[in-house]
Amino acid sequence: MSTPLLKIEGLHVSVDEKEILHGVDLEIGAGQVHVLMGPNGTGKSTLVSAVMGDPRFTVTEGRIYFKGEDVTEAKTDERARMGMFLSFQAPQEIPGITLENFIRTACGAVSGKQPKLFAFRRELREQMARLGLDESYAERYLNVGFSGGEKKKSEILQLLMMKPALALLDETDSGLDVDAVRTVTEGIKAWHNAENSLLIITHNAKILEGLDVDHVHVLSKGLIVRQGGAELVREITEGGFASVKEED
Amino acid sequence: MAAFDTEKTVVADIDRTVYDIKDKVDAAYEVSSGLTEEIVRDISREKNDPDWMRDFRLKSLEIYEKLPIPDWGPSIEGLDMKNIVTYVRPKTGMSATWAQVPEDIKNTFERLGIPQAERSGLAGVGAQYDSEVVYHNVRKEVEDQGVVYTDLESALKGPYEGMIRDHFMHLVPPTDHKFAALHGAVWSGGSFVYVPAGVSVEIPLQSYFRLNAPGAGQFEHTLIIVDKNAYLHFIEGCSAPKYNVANLHAGCVEIFVGEGSRVRYSTIENWSKNMYNLNTKRATVGKGGTIEWVSGSFGSHTSYLYPMSILAGEKSRMEFTGITFAGAGQELDTGAKVLHAAPGTSSHVTTKSIARDGGVSNFRSSVVISEKAAGSKSSVSCESLMLDSRSRSDTIPAMDIRTDKADVGHEAKIGRISEDAVFYLMSRGLSEEDAKALIVGGFAEPIAKELPLEYAVEMNNLIHLEMKGSIG
Repeated sequence: MSTPLLKIEGLHVSVDEKEILHGVDLEIGAGQVHVLMGPNGTGKSTLVSAVMGDPRFTVTEGRIYFKGEDVTEAKTDERARMGMFLSFQAPQEIPGITLENFIRTACGAVSGKQPKLFAFRRELREQMARLGLDESYAERYLNVGFSGGEKKKSEILQLLMMKPALALLDETDSGLDVDAVRTVTEGIKAWHNAENSLLIITHNAKILEGLDVDHVHVLSKGLIVRQGGAELVREITEGGFASVKEED
Repeated sequence: MAAFDTEKTVVADIDRTVYDIKDKVDAAYEVSSGLTEEIVRDISREKNDPDWMRDFRLKSLEIYEKLPIPDWGPSIEGLDMKNIVTYVRPKTGMSATWAQVPEDIKNTFERLGIPQAERSGLAGVGAQYDSEVVYHNVRKEVEDQGVVYTDLESALKGPYEGMIRDHFMHLVPPTDHKFAALHGAVWSGGSFVYVPAGVSVEIPLQSYFRLNAPGAGQFEHTLIIVDKNAYLHFIEGCSAPKYNVANLHAGCVEIFVGEGSRVRYSTIENWSKNMYNLNTKRATVGKGGTIEWVSGSFGSHTSYLYPMSILAGEKSRMEFTGITFAGAGQELDTGAKVLHAAPGTSSHVTTKSIARDGGVSNFRSSVVISEKAAGSKSSVSCESLMLDSRSRSDTIPAMDIRTDKADVGHEAKIGRISEDAVFYLMSRGLSEEDAKALIVGGFAEPIAKELPLEYAVEMNNLIHLEMKGSIG
């Protein structure tokens, strides 16, 4: 197999001296869809935050490779410019910059050149329509006063516009109604292709509908306790985490 | 989940002493100023002052010598009071060369992309540039409306001498404080604006255009008189750092707002970082009139700046919108004062202050509601953002309410940049520096949008400049 897009080796991660992850291994190949499941508080968000380089998390052991490069020490913005993207569970509200200007700035930052205004605007309007976000939101401050669902759509809009190589989706479906989950999934599918990859954290199979899941990882108490194919998702959504752990 | 976590602070203490000190004259205090009657007479002669103005200068000099140096605010020890004459006669400043301009200011010009020729002009060391022409064009247009817009010295020699005499330093008397007295003795340059009744001046008048006008210095006097039912927007200050050899600025602004009139006064002060900016601004507002202050303070080593509004007429209003940004080595003490002296008056103060890299940005306010001001309203809100733990930001509000028929509110918030917000922006490819500048820009934005467009752009650039190199 060629170099995996993301390779995590024996990752130990601490917050405030407390170890959350105790040696996680994970490999994601180009074009693959991976799902990360597990009970609340087992370190799923910690894992994706650490992969993105959140300074609040300290990697005490292990390495993270992205596109074959060791990025364990790289700053968050460097990882983003290499093609990594994190969709936040609770996206920040940033007054002072409009959604449109922000996405244009971000696209310029990751691609190294400022997108052409009119082509950019046309594409943005198209993608907003796809996600059912009213055009007026382009002129609103980034996520300010957005509902929970609108914030998640704003994340997927950024994904669609920034076109990263790897998307880490941290419970993008949580707090969304059925229709919104479907819209978000449509957005993810529109972006996903044979070259780019996904790691989705979810408690719900709904968001995975229509996505070809390659691997499922179950994280429990800071360790991957089970790995398998798409069938694991059904097993967990039907029988809960207890059922999968017994087989471990 | 906001980009800046804020925390409300309850403000209880009322410190009146700060504002009362002006009345105390410490006769025992003497400073060997080096400023003599001869020098003041010389200035007056050079300017061809009318006799009354010469006498006014001499009287101010007497007061100056009696008043103590203020000791209630940031330290001004770096100011060489013994050799005040060098500030008063900054002839050396005029002959300064580009080579003498400090590195940080040169770098600012570089980064702002201001052409070389203009840079020396803005720094006050070069020849004239196009601004004079622009100024004259603006003046012609407003003249047709009967508006007078000229420098104060020439106005003194024309038909408005009497009007000037009746207003000059009546709002800010030389007895106000030591630097007001110094101003009265040695003032030089500045603007005179008169707007007749019923005239609405559609284009903002900008003193910026006159930056290089002869005589403009650091003791400039701005006298604005707006008659009844008129409107004026006056923009003052320098949008780029101005370098002067002498490092004291003691300017004075007096604004008379007539009945039913509205005056908006916008300014960005971005003095060089060796400057002691001890500026006094005051407005009096007639019945139903409005004064709006928009104020940005970025430069100077030390600033004392509290524009005051006297709400003299029934139902007169004031609005103050201000922003202060203090970086390394700066202590900026800014705020607003208001005296409600008539019934049904209202004041509304909104400020933001930012401190970084060990800078000190203090907000000081005084609200006085007199016995006569029943039914008045006042609201004061200040928010500060500290970018690191070495920087400081204090809030010093004073209130003196002498009627129980008043509605008074005060709110203070102090916050820091949220790490979560920085991480969020960095995850979208923005550098730490750009992420922080964006957050600070967002914090400042409600104020920036009140500024004239070119100043808002300037302020944004300044924030980015100030943030550059701020990441450890």
